[in-house]
Amino acid sequence: MIKDGWVIDPANKVDKKCDVLIIDGRIAEVAENIQKSKFATPSSREVIDATGKIVAPGLIDIHVHFREPGDEEEETIASGSAAAVAAGFTSVVCMPNTDPPIENETDVEYIHRKGRQTRKTHVYTMGAITKNREGVELAEMGFMAEAGAVGFTDDGRGVQDPTVMLRALKYAAMFDKVVAQHCQDNSFAGDGVMNSGFYSTVLGLPGIDALAEEAMLWRDIQLVKKTNVRYHAQHISTAGSVELIRAAKKESLPITCEVTPHNLLLTEECCVEYDTNYKVNPPLRTESDIKALKEAIAEGLVDALVSDHAPHLQSEKELVFLKAPFGIASLECALGLYVKALIEPGVLDWPGLISLLTAGPAGIIGIDKGTLGKGKQGDVTVIDPDAKYKIDVNNFRSKSRNCPYDGWTVTGKVERTIVGGEIRFSAD
Amino acid sequence: MALRRKGKQFEWKHKHLLGLRDLSAEEITYILDTAEGFEQISTRAVKKAPALRGKVVVNLFFEDSTRTRNSFALAASRLSADIIEFTEKVSSVSKGETLLDTARNLEAMGIDIVVIRHSAAGAAKFLSKSINACVVNAGDGYCEHPTQGLLDVYTIRKIKGSLKGLKVAIVGDIMHSRVASSNMWAMSKLGAEVIFVGPPTLVPAQTGRLPVSVSYSLDEVIEKVDVINMLRVQFERLGGNPFPSVREYSHYFGLTVERMKRAKPDILVMHPGPINRGVEIESEVADGQNSVILEQVTNGVAVRMAVLFLVNQASNINK
Amino acid sequence: MKVILKSEQIGQILNDLTNRIISEKPKKLNIATVGIRSRGEILAQRLSSHLSKELGKEVPCGTLDITLYRDDLNSPHSSAQPQVRTTEIRFDIDEKIIILVDDVLYTGRSARAAMDALIDLGRPKAIRLAVLVDRIGREFPIQADYAGYKSDAAPGQLVQVNLTESDGKDEVVVE
Repeated sequence: MIKDGWVIDPANKVDKKCDVLIIDGRIAEVAENIQKSKFATPSSREVIDATGKIVAPGLIDIHVHFREPGDEEEETIASGSAAAVAAGFTSVVCMPNTDPPIENETDVEYIHRKGRQTRKTHVYTMGAITKNREGVELAEMGFMAEAGAVGFTDDGRGVQDPTVMLRALKYAAMFDKVVAQHCQDNSFAGDGVMNSGFYSTVLGLPGIDALAEEAMLWRDIQLVKKTNVRYHAQHISTAGSVELIRAAKKESLPITCEVTPHNLLLTEECCVEYDTNYKVNPPLRTESDIKALKEAIAEGLVDALVSDHAPHLQSEKELVFLKAPFGIASLECALGLYVKALIEPGVLDWPGLISLLTAGPAGIIGIDKGTLGKGKQGDVTVIDPDAKYKIDVNNFRSKSRNCPYDGWTVTGKVERTIVGGEIRFSAD
Repeated sequence: MALRRKGKQFEWKHKHLLGLRDLSAEEITYILDTAEGFEQISTRAVKKAPALRGKVVVNLFFEDSTRTRNSFALAASRLSADIIEFTEKVSSVSKGETLLDTARNLEAMGIDIVVIRHSAAGAAKFLSKSINACVVNAGDGYCEHPTQGLLDVYTIRKIKGSLKGLKVAIVGDIMHSRVASSNMWAMSKLGAEVIFVGPPTLVPAQTGRLPVSVSYSLDEVIEKVDVINMLRVQFERLGGNPFPSVREYSHYFGLTVERMKRAKPDILVMHPGPINRGVEIESEVADGQNSVILEQVTNGVAVRMAVLFLVNQASNINK
Repeated sequence: MKVILKSEQIGQILNDLTNRIISEKPKKLNIATVGIRSRGEILAQRLSSHLSKELGKEVPCGTLDITLYRDDLNSPHSSAQPQVRTTEIRFDIDEKIIILVDDVLYTGRSARAAMDALIDLGRPKAIRLAVLVDRIGREFPIQADYAGYKSDAAPGQLVQVNLTESDGKDEVVVE
């Protein structure tokens, strides 16, 4: 029983001070001043006083990398879930670019099983679009869909051949699962390691042109027009991509998109000291790209916020910028970062932000989460919207520390994370 | 014998020389002035001074280079330092050791200065943050080659007196040239007007905020410049075919005897070497009276002596 | 601050040094002056012109920068790095008697550095040290062959030589 909190549930259009009652792992009631008698049962005896706090459906992050199987030293489903739950996320979606990749029903079941065993957050996974993510032959989308994969992507790479992508979309039409794309045309991206612009020239590093993302996004939008299959543009990062999404949504195409915190907070200038904690793909862009992304969010063009949590070992990041792997691990401080990027400058209010972390992502992958409707699973996140804290990577439950936000002071702290009626994280 | 000067004495504070972009005009001038004091050591009978006696300088070269490596080795030995040569092909890096591990191993043996050349931009900076020794960048990827930039401006200053108001053309594969980059920073800071010349496929697009102007025509520029620095086009490295043939490149961007006829009579012809005779520069021009290519090499040793001396001095501050 | 030598006295000392140098050496021997930067070089030039006049022939003068030979180059220091300047000796020092000239002889370290520098340039027949002010406080076993004024300034004090060419007037002060 969560009492007196500011309940924000965009899926059910709730935005008021009231109580939430969970019985036997499910939402029993959301109403003002729920009677004591109603919660005198053993399973809901615990009362959480949420005065001054926000009570939201459990947050959902549909783009994380938990590196299992294959790179367990960087992260495991166990450590990643622990990090997720501490950050307020009750559901996460793993990306299939593990080693070996997730490309058949056994792989999907493996991830689900590991997630269940950890008993922290709900762990979902997407499956690869193509075998070994090589972009040539389709992977077994059917079996993966039946096993519970929530979508398909070759994330880490984009599908280069347009005919293969067309085939993938056509085939996916049978399964009503979203096809997601890491938009990167390799002929434009080349061996780039940061945004192509003034800084890449001055620093002598090969650049990834914005065109690499935009060219593939444009191409995919044309393919969606032909096939009308649900498509999701992962981590868009440029003003040009925003333009394309705007036009596509105007035509009511079944297209959604997501944005990461680093593409809202950091620019290419951060690479000036060759600090590999700023090396990420798609790369940090410019102030005008950030501005366009924020405008897109305010306009409602963006459907989800994601962390793209990409853990790496310190030894892997301790290479020269040119050779270090791409990735920022920011799952554990994600909420504070979103607040900094969107609420503080007034781009969104809390209901708007919560929507992009609950109803929005749930809708994209088609899971029955991100809602406090009666009978729905009791996944709830309690947030203190005014608490300030300093990000300290040494306290991360994630195995990895490649996070450029170490030392930042942010606002918005998770007090409790409840999964299926169980409190799986408590701030104190 | 305390030396009392009027006014504040300039102090060199940098323990590393990573690039010229972050140095001030005053700091660059100080290096050039210091280099003057080292010139005569190379010409007298005893070509040594004890300034770096007992210090160890490591030439950490991950890329092929006899010229720069020898220049640094000579500079170090003229200051009485001990030199260790570390070249990639004969080293542990080919066995998979990272740059960081290599550097730490060397440091554990007790070294004072590392001169590094590496194919990754930012490698010198990375090294300077990871070890205690002084780091001198001898070329990092496409980023900078500061001692080359310094010896180029030193050469110009020695002959022309000052760089203020001079027009300098840098011709060739600008995009992949760390020499062009260091030249641009040093020359513009000292008051020269720098012009990049090359085909559009080899000149970076984002020059708007850089202190240079751009021309795609050597013929248009040749009559106006006081100094011309010809870059070597590295055919063995160019991927993606930025121009159709060597023949065409030479035709449009080669420094020929014919083009020299239209140049100013006292124009200085420079080249960082090694020269592709007949490609970017004709033999008669390279060996001609306007050429200062050999002076560049001589000055290179003095400039590198000054750099090694100064970074060593800075590392002594408040030890 | 106390003035210990005034302009006329300095002039007198230089004349005195000139005469002593000449009287000790037969006229036909080859001498040259080399001044230690930076005030030593001015004094060397003056001495050289006096000597040239008295001997009726050209006594060459050179300038020596001893920065690279200092023994404190690699010790930790908190400020005032020495600046490397040029050494300009345009004559052959082999077989000559070099009069090494400095403004103040104190610890003797500069003179030691100067001798090492000279030897890397050639093999002089002899080196003689001439100084304007000879003060107590030697740390090395070095003596001036021709000393102008003997000062008993205490070790903590600074003996500053000012010369017209560099500082506007001829004066030696103790601070």
